[in-house]
Amino acid sequence: MRRLIWRAATLVEVRAETATARTLVLDVPGWPGHLAGQHLDVRLTADDGYSAQRSYSLAAPADGERIELTVELVDDGEVSPYLTEVIEVGDQVEVRGPVGGWFVWRPESRAPVLLVAGGSGIVPLMAMIRARRLAGSRTPFRLLYSLRDPGRRYYAAELRRPEPGLDITYLYTRTTPEDWPRKAGRVMLGDLAESGWPADFEPDCYVCGPTGFVEVAADLLLDLGHAPEHVRTERFGPSGG
Amino acid sequence: MTIEHLDGNALAGPLGELFTFDATTAVGRCAHCGLTGPLAALRVYGPGPGLVARCPGCEEVVLRLVRGPGAAWLDLRGTVSLRIPLPD
Repeated sequence: MRRLIWRAATLVEVRAETATARTLVLDVPGWPGHLAGQHLDVRLTADDGYSAQRSYSLAAPADGERIELTVELVDDGEVSPYLTEVIEVGDQVEVRGPVGGWFVWRPESRAPVLLVAGGSGIVPLMAMIRARRLAGSRTPFRLLYSLRDPGRRYYAAELRRPEPGLDITYLYTRTTPEDWPRKAGRVMLGDLAESGWPADFEPDCYVCGPTGFVEVAADLLLDLGHAPEHVRTERFGPSGG
Repeated sequence: MTIEHLDGNALAGPLGELFTFDATTAVGRCAHCGLTGPLAALRVYGPGPGLVARCPGCEEVVLRLVRGPGAAWLDLRGTVSLRIPLPD
């Protein structure tokens, strides 16, 4: 590993995920590859020299020098409005990464995995699901995906396709689909007990989402008997965007 | 602390500018309460005017990092030691 440098990245493809989020596929010459769960910094520089940078999770394993991120529009943000509404194929930004070696999943790992996503916290967890698929891993995965309403689902078509060894539970906090068995509401102990793994299976738990969601979900996992070293967390703060 | 915070994962980029290893997997010991854990588990407040990382156990400041023009300031007075995983 060497010290991080900024590299030029060119947008090659855009996919809409929801009304407010889109996936950007970037071509980054010299990209060194990355692990599922890592992130990168994106820097925008205006003509007058003013620059702003934000951190985004990588959404998929690297395809050579191609990388993917999914960006949610934050209304009063400085960077996300540009990335979700302005940037076009062929435009360039600067990126630096990959960074973060803690919140990562490695395909050689054999422990069962519990992924707990709050909203856009699904992004690095999706990278883990895709890395598992790419590696042909048979490690059992469970995903608990908490969302405000069904329209906010990222990667909806891909997650709808059945995948052996991956169980998905959706949890809605404000509006559920019709005839949904669970009432709308925030994640509770029972959700993690039913959709997760028993603590004595010693699963690796990855929790990602807004700070409040992560605090609650991680505490509930500890209450269920999961060891702190098996519960890894990543928080999106209020300074995002 | 009621202000919302990030966690030590957010230090990965800024510290990656300084070090050739991933500092967020380094295990640090808090100078105030002695809690040990990866820098990734610290509570990070910022980004302006700098990043302030606090101990999840006692909330005291463990690390501060300010990136200015032409230089970075790293204040580690709240850290007793860092154990950095390295291949042999």
